[in-house]
Amino acid sequence: MFVKELTKKYDGKTVVDGVSFEIPKGKVTSLIGPNGAGKSTVMGMISRLIARDSGLVDFEHQDISKWKSKELAKRLAILTQQNNVQMKLTVRELVSFGRFPYSGNHLTQEDEDVIDRAIAYMELQEFEDRFIDELSGGQRQRAYIAMVIAQDTEFILLDEPTNNLDIYHATNMMKIVRRLCDELGKTVILVLHEINYAAFYSDYICAFADGKIAKFGTVEEVINKETLSAIYHVEFEIMQIQGKPLSIYY
Amino acid sequence: MITVTLACCLAIVSVISIFVGVIDLDIPSLLSGDMEQLEILLISRLPRLLAILCTGVGMSVAGLIMQQLCMNKFVSPTTGATISSAQFGILLALLFMPSSTIWGRAAFAFVTATLGTWIFVWFIQRIQFKDTVMVPLVGIMFGNVINGITNYFAYKYEMTQALSTWLVGHFSMVLRGRYELVYLVVPLVILAFAFANHFNIVGMGKDFSKNLGVHYNFVLFMGLTIAALITASVVVVVGSISYIGLIVPNLVAMFKGDKIRGTLVDTALFGALFVLVCDVIGRVVIAPYELPIELIVGILGSLLFIGLLIYRLNHGRKAVQLSGMRRRDAVNGEARR
Repeated sequence: MFVKELTKKYDGKTVVDGVSFEIPKGKVTSLIGPNGAGKSTVMGMISRLIARDSGLVDFEHQDISKWKSKELAKRLAILTQQNNVQMKLTVRELVSFGRFPYSGNHLTQEDEDVIDRAIAYMELQEFEDRFIDELSGGQRQRAYIAMVIAQDTEFILLDEPTNNLDIYHATNMMKIVRRLCDELGKTVILVLHEINYAAFYSDYICAFADGKIAKFGTVEEVINKETLSAIYHVEFEIMQIQGKPLSIYY
Repeated sequence: MITVTLACCLAIVSVISIFVGVIDLDIPSLLSGDMEQLEILLISRLPRLLAILCTGVGMSVAGLIMQQLCMNKFVSPTTGATISSAQFGILLALLFMPSSTIWGRAAFAFVTATLGTWIFVWFIQRIQFKDTVMVPLVGIMFGNVINGITNYFAYKYEMTQALSTWLVGHFSMVLRGRYELVYLVVPLVILAFAFANHFNIVGMGKDFSKNLGVHYNFVLFMGLTIAALITASVVVVVGSISYIGLIVPNLVAMFKGDKIRGTLVDTALFGALFVLVCDVIGRVVIAPYELPIELIVGILGSLLFIGLLIYRLNHGRKAVQLSGMRRRDAVNGEARR
């Protein structure tokens, strides 16, 4: 999957300006950058949620807009924060929707097995029959991830999955992201605000500033004093913890 | 469990309702083939019962669909301007085609009800309201504007008398030959059941739908069209009936959640039961005269609605726990404490 010269304007203001990069398969890639740098917009465009003004999003040798939406739903999953959390669905009903692109209204035994495994993988068995609006934020987020696992796509896109979660649940979420990649072989693309989560849990980082890519590379290539200071305009110190570069800003 | 109980209650009240009326019916003379009694049954009582059932089923299912698609528990054919739009359509039919049959009027009502609902939803999607109560308020205002226009033309062309039949819902005009249109509710409800999961997914939001490969706008407008057609079919035959589309889906969701596949049958049964009970009350209170159904539904409905609001205030959004249902949860809950 790669994007080429991606551009998006809102009310005449260019939010994303000629962005090109390739997403490494089977790896975790994080999009970081200050507010308004265009990372969420890029995420929206590569997941066909947001229409692009110009440029190309190539997914498996075909432009993403040319994919049949049902076929694409079996290959690429996107999870955003804009879901209706008021809906009274049980965890199992929510996870079952992950099978919708495959079986529509009639779940087969195979679908049920996939749903069981997804629920077990997210350790949600005991909440299976609870309504999602009665769960804690962390549990609900896990239920959504279980749905994406049931959707069984090679690509998983997560828009700020740690938003509104406390440190414990946010860290758990990042560990889950790592497991999705390492154990299930998924390609995961995330939008993250927290630089250190990106540094500790991803393989590649794409740093945005002013609608352009400031730096794309491995964690070591991006997480260094010069690059980060240039992007965020604050002072950074870099420390090595467990062989990973972690940043302190002040 | 709930479904069976509701179905049994509905069957019992249905039988009772057949035998309630000015002229007494009794089983022995019906069985012995008393022509007069059979005629009353077939021309008046049975059509009335079927119309009531279709109305209850239709209005509550229309409300359920609208609530899901608009992601708002206070949207219904009443608070979404659908009923007012259908009435406006009937007025247009009376104005331009004074000799139109019930089917002609229905055609007008279908078009205006669908357009009115679309405009309302297009409007609330354009303006993202932070407060969920704003959505039904806008709907009520929009509905009143349409009502105002309807009334203006009705006065100007001296049609208030003719139109009043459709303003206050009542079943007293339901006789064989002039109510069959309401049967349209049946295929429409079946269609809604077929698309139940689509409606659920669209109710989760635009991004959520796109992720699962569901065409958001198409399903949204198809669902609203189904709800509008159901509403218009009912309004043309019996007139305006408020509250049912609002209360019935909410009450059922409190027990059974929002998965339409699981709640649609109960919502339909409960809606039918509710209207039927209201109708029997209306026929009994000042017998041998009868009160319009709209009045009884209004009184009972507003009481239930206040009860619903108080429950929500005290218990938040927590579902009602039925004994025996989801007991495993309760055990888990204990263990955590």
